[in-house]
Amino acid sequence: MGEFIMNNGLILAIESSCDETAAAIIRNGHEIVSNVVASQIESHKRFGGVVPEIASRHHVEQITMVIEEALAQANLKPVDLDAVAVTEGPGLVGALLIGINAAKAFAFANNLPIVGVHHIAGHIYANALVQPMEFPLLALVVSGGHTELVYMKEHGSFEVIGETRDDAAGEAYDKVARVLNLPYPGGPHIDRLAHEEGEAVPFPRVWLEEDSYDFSFSGLKSAVINYKHNMDQRGEAISPAAVAKGFQESVIEVLTAKTLRAAREYQVKQVIAAGGVAANKGLRISLETVFEEEGIPFFVPPLKLCTDNAAMIGAAAMPMFEAGIRGNLMMNGRPGMELKSWV
Amino acid sequence: MIWLGIETANTPLSVAIVRDGKVVAELVQNIKLTHSAGAMPAIEEVLARAGLKAGDLDVIAVSEGPGSYTGVRIGVTLAKTLAWTLQIPLVGVSSLKALAANATLYNGLICPIFDARRDNVYTAVYQGVTLEALVEDHHAHIADLLERLRALDAPILFVGTDVGLFWDNIVEELGDNAFRAPFSLDLPRATEVIRVGTKVELPSVEATHHFVPQYKRIAEAEANWLKEQKEKEHE
Repeated sequence: MGEFIMNNGLILAIESSCDETAAAIIRNGHEIVSNVVASQIESHKRFGGVVPEIASRHHVEQITMVIEEALAQANLKPVDLDAVAVTEGPGLVGALLIGINAAKAFAFANNLPIVGVHHIAGHIYANALVQPMEFPLLALVVSGGHTELVYMKEHGSFEVIGETRDDAAGEAYDKVARVLNLPYPGGPHIDRLAHEEGEAVPFPRVWLEEDSYDFSFSGLKSAVINYKHNMDQRGEAISPAAVAKGFQESVIEVLTAKTLRAAREYQVKQVIAAGGVAANKGLRISLETVFEEEGIPFFVPPLKLCTDNAAMIGAAAMPMFEAGIRGNLMMNGRPGMELKSWV
Repeated sequence: MIWLGIETANTPLSVAIVRDGKVVAELVQNIKLTHSAGAMPAIEEVLARAGLKAGDLDVIAVSEGPGSYTGVRIGVTLAKTLAWTLQIPLVGVSSLKALAANATLYNGLICPIFDARRDNVYTAVYQGVTLEALVEDHHAHIADLLERLRALDAPILFVGTDVGLFWDNIVEELGDNAFRAPFSLDLPRATEVIRVGTKVELPSVEATHHFVPQYKRIAEAEANWLKEQKEKEHE
């Protein structure tokens, strides 16, 4: 399956690593021809989080409709395509398997090569859909499952210079939202509350070792839980807005400071934010402000390219395809897949 | 008429090609290879051995469950995607009926069994020869199943590799009415998935999008949630 060449520069991409069933068609790695996402959020809301078995069931219900919709919106037929790309990992294994098996069946039936893409590489390459990536580059990836600082010296080169040692930033948001009785997913609610007028409850900042780019959010989460517990014991009501503000200030200060220090040390030409939490207004403003002062171009994709989608998988697949990388029909879901360079 | 059959509902894997009522090729295996890695290459191989391309297929029959949730979903996802993109009909066949079909010639009651862990099984009772379902596919505790079968007071043939897990228990409850199929009939086979599939009217191509597995069991999180809702109603 490796001898194929690009004719139209068209890649069909499929993503099903968590709770979105998504398909997109990307031209030349940067132009979105179609981008379809079937979200399951409404179904998972009642459980207060993503239930893997329920997610897998929804994926198998939606998958062919989503792919058909991506083709229909692009007004293309399978014969027009040059390759199929799919998220190979990391993610929920049962969820990944649906996208992967659909991609393999589609690729086989239509005699197309297949490319397995790392989900985080996808989030980073979402930026290629907005403006050309310039190297060396630093990416802050923040989502419900990930918090990572990734240094890229060229296309396909990834060095994870920092990552969370416990909870992902988005996970901490969801847990704090639950403490505050906010609906799932909690991130946007905390972001909104944090922008209301008023004082912030002071919470600690976790910096870890002086030279570390790693993160830790579980201590902060515990501090919020303890605060609520103590107030409950004293019979005092908490102000959800003050808690949200204090929590968000702590998260943003640490994320911003470490990203800035890394950008300086690695002397990057571009800083990008990626992942669902990159849609957070407070984080966006904070990063925009410091990098404007620093004189380093900073970009963050629009909301629908920050949350899970297949367009970003197609964007990441293009340089992989050009580098000759191909999967095969044995491709399996890799829930703990590591982000590795392909150059 | 060229059929592709796919069976990945439990540990065994089977794919087959049947052309105009004749078996062209069949692959049956019972090894611990994940279906996610193994099923698509098996389809590719069985087509290659039959000298066919995907585009030559006229219809696909897939084992729709019950069984391992993930196993069922892999077969259904492959079958759905192939059928949709090739624009050919997709027929779903009960994994239990397909297994019972191995023993079609037994003129008595057939009880196929798949292990569902924690002393639970997916099971049914089919009439031999006609393959009419006397007890529909369901999820049951082995003790409840055996109590139900004892009440039938008739010879029953048990089929499936998982029968061995419960055989002592079965004999204890049913005594001389318990019969065990020879081991060569224990693996589900894609040719039987196809044969059972040929008995039903072919669905429209448009129906493929709405094809879903038959889990015969709601997800644990959903069951707990429903229970909570009921408790809330009572309060």
